[in-house]
Amino acid sequence: MALYALRRLLGMILVMLTVSLLVFALVEATPGTVAMRVLGPYASEEQRQLWLAANGYLEPAWSRYLHWLGRFATGDFGASIRYRAPVADVLWPRLGNTAVLALWTLVVLVPVSLVLGVLAGVREGSPLDRLLSTAAIITTSIPEFASAVLLSAIFVFKLQLLPGTSAMTDGFDWRQLVLPVAVLVLYDVGYVARMTRISVAEVIAAPYVRAARLRGLSWPRVIIFHALRNALITPITVLAVQVNWLLSGVIVVEVFFAYKGFGSLLWEAALNQDIFVIQACAMVAVVVTVATQVAADLAHAALDPRLRAPAPADR
Amino acid sequence: MGPLPQRLRSPSVAIGGALVAFWIIIAVAAPAVAPFPPNATLQPFALPGAEFAGGQRFWLGTDQIGRDIASRLIWGARTVLLWAPIATLAAYAAGIPLGLLAGSRGGAIDAAVMFATNVLLSFPVLVLYILIIGTIGASPLNLVIAVVFAGAPGIVRLVRALAARERTRDYVAAAYTRGEGVLGVMVLEILPNIAPTLIADACLRLGYVIVTLGVLGFLGLGLPPPDPDWGGMINEARPVALAFPHIAVAPCLALVSLVLGCNLLADGLRDDRR
Repeated sequence: MALYALRRLLGMILVMLTVSLLVFALVEATPGTVAMRVLGPYASEEQRQLWLAANGYLEPAWSRYLHWLGRFATGDFGASIRYRAPVADVLWPRLGNTAVLALWTLVVLVPVSLVLGVLAGVREGSPLDRLLSTAAIITTSIPEFASAVLLSAIFVFKLQLLPGTSAMTDGFDWRQLVLPVAVLVLYDVGYVARMTRISVAEVIAAPYVRAARLRGLSWPRVIIFHALRNALITPITVLAVQVNWLLSGVIVVEVFFAYKGFGSLLWEAALNQDIFVIQACAMVAVVVTVATQVAADLAHAALDPRLRAPAPADR
Repeated sequence: MGPLPQRLRSPSVAIGGALVAFWIIIAVAAPAVAPFPPNATLQPFALPGAEFAGGQRFWLGTDQIGRDIASRLIWGARTVLLWAPIATLAAYAAGIPLGLLAGSRGGAIDAAVMFATNVLLSFPVLVLYILIIGTIGASPLNLVIAVVFAGAPGIVRLVRALAARERTRDYVAAAYTRGEGVLGVMVLEILPNIAPTLIADACLRLGYVIVTLGVLGFLGLGLPPPDPDWGGMINEARPVALAFPHIAVAPCLALVSLVLGCNLLADGLRDDRR
């Protein structure tokens, strides 16, 4: 297990280093453009050269990358062009807001999708199962921006029950979280429930479950104490992969509802060419995605010993 | 998995096929079915069904600068049904050879290809799109490039897994024994055998790409205005969406119906439900 964990962690670091190289190259490949972005279109050529020299941009690219990486690792992401403040000061509060949004989304998403998936998987082919499969196809076909528009049209315009923006300018207000959370849950719930259902149905059909049943244990007891332990391993991994999609969805939802989170920050930065903010947001997003992925893999391996062995080359 | 002709008769395929066919017909026949020119400014904020001079109606209303929404949806179908399939095919054109190579050869090539997919897949998809489009700018060609980078890794992994499974089958060994080369085995033996799975997967991915074009348009990073594009229409409607929801709802429903069509087609063609 320790060896497996070490291998996964090393792989993770290698991937993140490559990602950092890509992000650096994409944004800072040409120092001239960087100077143009930072100083604005009206700066003279001489001013740009002075800025480049003062900020170490005349050094070779590899040395700039190493410096950049060193500063990045210690939490110094440079200064935002638009906010005229260190990126870190802008980014951390925004990330906190996004964490609140993501937390509430998971609080709703996880129990609802697992319960639906288990209920459907326990009785394959039942009306509930079919209903769930159909509903899952429909909800996963409605991207976040579409459900945001549709839910706003119903609950904000027609029924006037909920606020249409979630900027939280007057402090925390749970009513402003309802629609963003609903949109994110709606898009993901079908997929996670479906994956849970497949996993549960597979385990229910396993010989050991039948054996437990034949020993005279009651059906609820078999399901809760024997089947679910194994059946819920897959959904854990699925949920971790979902973090990747959740982060994409968060961008759309935050932009739509004007929620002051990390996603809307990245979007504003992209529209305003606030390059150091773009860099920092992209790196943070990748770190979160990869770290949850590795954590889920490790949890998965801890629960299922078969996964710890290196995969056979031919299968 | 049932034989293909049988799967083609499933209700998912019928409904999904009908939805997709509807939009294809609309897109092809756009000049004939659109009641107004898509960019003509006629009468702002008309509600659905409102009458226009000359007895014509705005069936879905008009937007804030007075363009007929129905006509823009109809012409917008052309944009999405042109660029989404092109982008999807481009992603497959990049993903299939790499996946076949990695899956049927293994070794160092496999490791290198898999590492590259790992790197690209560690980005949240939309972050990758924003990075690429934010750097190289929004144009139809750049959207295709972005879809290739974001979409190909998943295709590579799928093709690789399928090819690795096929590689140990007897018919592949037989082909090598007959004297077929590596390339011949990949293209003539393995590819036809994994094609049905890939076709179902392509429908699903086409749906994703349609959503992606919509999301990018919605974020203002899609195809440049004024020509209609569904995501862009939603983006333009956003400032007035809370007062005039019909302007944003119509393109949403159009997009959802097309994506649902693709997903139902994929579901019916794959049909791995046990």
